[in-house]
Amino acid sequence: MNGTAATFDLIVVGAGIVGASCADAASAEGMRVAIVEPGPIGGGATAAAMGHLVAMDDDPAELALAHYSLRLWEAFVDLKEAEFSRCGTLWVARNDNELAAAGQRIARLGAAGIDARLVDAAALYELEPELVPGLAGGMLVPREAVVYPPRVANHLVQRAQSRGARLYAGRRAQSLQRGGVLLDDGTRLSGPVLVATGCALPALLPMLPMRARKGHLVITDRYPGLIRHQLLELGYADSAHGDADSSVAFNVQPRPTGQILIGSSREFHANDAGVSPSMVQRMLERSFTFVPRLRELQALRIWTGFRPTTPDGRPYLGAVPGAVDQWVAAGHEGLGVTTAPGSAKLMLDLIQGRRAAIDPAPYSPQRMAA
Amino acid sequence: MREHYDVLVVGAGPAGLAAAQAAASRGARVGLLDAQPRAGGQVWRHDVRLPAPRAARRAIDKLQGVEVLVRHSVVAAEPTALRVETPQDSRLLSFGALVLATGARELLLPFPGWTLPGVTGAGGLQALAKQGWPVAGKRVVIAGSGPLLLAAADTLRKHGAQVLGIFEQASADAVRSFAWQLRQWPARAWQAAGLRLRLAGVPYRFGSFVREAVGDDAVRGVEIETPRGVQHVECDLLAAGYGLVPNTELASLLGCALDDADTHPRVQVDSLLRTSVANVHAAGESCGIGGLAVARIEGAMAGLMAIGDTAAASAWMPQRDRERRFDALLARHFTLDPRLRTLADDQTPVCRCEDVRLGALAGFGDARAAKLATRCGMGACQGRICGAALAELGRFPRGAARPPVFPARLATLAGLATLPSDAYRGS
Ligand SMILES: Cc1cc2nc3c(=O)[nH]c(=O)nc-3n(C[C@H](O)[C@H](O)[C@H](O)COP(=O)(O)OP(=O)(O)OC[C@H]3O[C@@H](n4cnc5c(N)ncnc54)[C@H](O)[C@@H]3O)c2cc1C
Ligand SMILES: Cc1cc2nc3c(=O)[nH]c(=O)nc-3n(C[C@H](O)[C@H](O)[C@H](O)COP(=O)(O)OP(=O)(O)OC[C@H]3O[C@@H](n4cnc5c(N)ncnc54)[C@H](O)[C@@H]3O)c2cc1C
Repeated sequence: MNGTAATFDLIVVGAGIVGASCADAASAEGMRVAIVEPGPIGGGATAAAMGHLVAMDDDPAELALAHYSLRLWEAFVDLKEAEFSRCGTLWVARNDNELAAAGQRIARLGAAGIDARLVDAAALYELEPELVPGLAGGMLVPREAVVYPPRVANHLVQRAQSRGARLYAGRRAQSLQRGGVLLDDGTRLSGPVLVATGCALPALLPMLPMRARKGHLVITDRYPGLIRHQLLELGYADSAHGDADSSVAFNVQPRPTGQILIGSSREFHANDAGVSPSMVQRMLERSFTFVPRLRELQALRIWTGFRPTTPDGRPYLGAVPGAVDQWVAAGHEGLGVTTAPGSAKLMLDLIQGRRAAIDPAPYSPQRMAA
Repeated sequence: MREHYDVLVVGAGPAGLAAAQAAASRGARVGLLDAQPRAGGQVWRHDVRLPAPRAARRAIDKLQGVEVLVRHSVVAAEPTALRVETPQDSRLLSFGALVLATGARELLLPFPGWTLPGVTGAGGLQALAKQGWPVAGKRVVIAGSGPLLLAAADTLRKHGAQVLGIFEQASADAVRSFAWQLRQWPARAWQAAGLRLRLAGVPYRFGSFVREAVGDDAVRGVEIETPRGVQHVECDLLAAGYGLVPNTELASLLGCALDDADTHPRVQVDSLLRTSVANVHAAGESCGIGGLAVARIEGAMAGLMAIGDTAAASAWMPQRDRERRFDALLARHFTLDPRLRTLADDQTPVCRCEDVRLGALAGFGDARAAKLATRCGMGACQGRICGAALAELGRFPRGAARPPVFPARLATLAGLATLPSDAYRGS
């Protein structure tokens, strides 16, 4: 049926924010790129995400990747499709212990080159008058921002296409084969393959463990100016990265539209995409304890998404263990929007055999082969 | 606060009223919920100036043993309970059986100028007039399709509006044939004749539709395409509605299968009005557009089914089937003229909530992809208006429903009253 397979320099499987970034980076280097995506571009985890560009400092490797990526995001500031809004991140401390811990975080972020400042209680309320009285202060990271991820992914794919990349829309990669990939309609593409299928990774690469960590988000009607920064609780890292089966944290974002996006919840072992009223309830109650005014606002929509989560919380970025010309970029959990541009650069450096700007070792999929 | 009812009925229109009454007739605890401040639904919507029709008064006043819960908006669903928002509170009402009688809404289609102030739906302007919005002395053009145009004209005239004309897009032949076949349903024929009589003197034109509404800050006139060429009519208000689409959002959140054989989905029910979900029944216009008579019969059937009286419900089947045959007649004779699909141009807004123009949707083959890329359908109406319009225009079917059914306070979704007992804000 298929005489000779179309040949590419790189076949990117999956067009979430990660695959789209990789396709964009590869096409920018003049490679002949194919992109395979069964659904809407950016319609997976990327469409569900909050789009907060944020550096977390609890893992030095993640911090390096985030910092590298945040610099690359600066190229998107004026891109209409990105809806880039530099609202900054304000981490809120409930008590002096949390405020003291913020001091250490500021030092770590500063060492990585990220500007972060301690904010006392008076300054905190000046920045965000709607915060509940009695908080101790916080940490402001002024240059962090929010974007609208699915449109960025769409833009990146279009940019790659404008450089000649070929989009196999509505097609799913069925299996990886020696020297290429087989699509669900029987088409065979030949060339090196980069798998960026997020939560669906095990379908193609079963040796790389991946779990889906469900999250809920609620978006409100428009309340311009009510909240000005992306707000998180300083206790966030504990709840967000603990291995508890389910947790919630205060995480509220002002969209450029004036809408307010409210997160976040994390659940393992919840595989259906349905909205869980009890998780929504817990998540909202948590947000009310920090911003009581939220209670009165009109919610327009609730949705869920799944974060692609590896056992150690770091993405797989590199060569597929034991395979030739197979690469993987997946498993970015709750930070994949932030770290997509850096991940793509890193992948291209590895694929082209160049020295990477940051140390790739912590992300090597090889760690699972041991 | 979780409270239990043997039967909950959502929607207090003709179908819901009949369902609640039937279910309560054997002593079950029945709650009848409606988001509106009064029972009555669309056709029996409370009118601030005019007395209610006798049938409405009877249906509402004779309710016995039913807890009528108005200003109760069902915003989300759990397998055996409904999340309900009231003006101050959030309630979780659990049920043994459920009747969905959520009715229908108007189909609005985009054309140049349709978002100008002064342009509404036909039933929409009728509802506004009933709520006391002043229409007296206003020059109104009524346009679109279906019998609702006449009902709207009648109400508006009773409220003192000057109805310049009713412009029906269906052809004169189609409407004549419809009127002729209506003989099979004498009550409807009688009703229609009465309407026509009251509207004597109001021009009723066929094969005619509004191409464009013109005006700068508000509508000042309309361009009407007629079989004899384009006609310009100056007016203060344009009321344009192209028929009705079933409200299926709550059913779909409950997991009920929808019948999407036609352009606009409806709740799928069997001959005894059972949905695909156990103990959930549906009645009235949410199951298909058929008007008042079928809503009342189905309501009674669904109410009986909800208390397990299959025998009594079955007795209604022949009558229900007869009335439901009217649906096809209505749909066949008021089929939309394909030219209506070509009125909107690239600059015409389709999604009013997010200000998305039709041109922005070029190339998208499904609602979700279009929404992610353009925000079309992301706004407060959840794509109810633009989703139905785009389906009608043949672009793509409406996207899946997401909770909440209607915008709801965050407190409601958290199961909380809006204001905590120890109010956190002084004023
Ligand atoms: C609720 C929530 C909030 C979040 N908030 C943030 C945030 O604020 N900031 C942040 O940085 N990150 C956030 N994230 C994380 C972020 O969304 C993810 O890390 C990121 O989107 C992952 O991108 P991806 O491209 O790897 O995966 P996806 O976006 O899921 O893309 C994978 C793609 O692969 C396709 N695919 C699957 N199987 C195949 C196949 N066999 N063949 C071809 N294609 C296939 C899928 O259709 C999909 O489009 C959040 C996540 C969630 C769930
Ligand atoms: C705008 C409009 C005007 C109409 N005017 C006429 C007319 O003048 N004459 C005529 O013969 N027919 C009219 N119709 C047709 C009318 O729909 C039927 O004749 C009849 O009212 C259908 O009865 P029903 O009980 O199925 O639904 P409806 O009468 O539509 O009642 C449904 C009820 O459910 C409630 N509801 C829906 N969802 C929820 C929820 N989630 N939570 C709480 N409550 C909910 C609504 O508030 C509504 O009161 C009109 C239709 C519309 C849309």
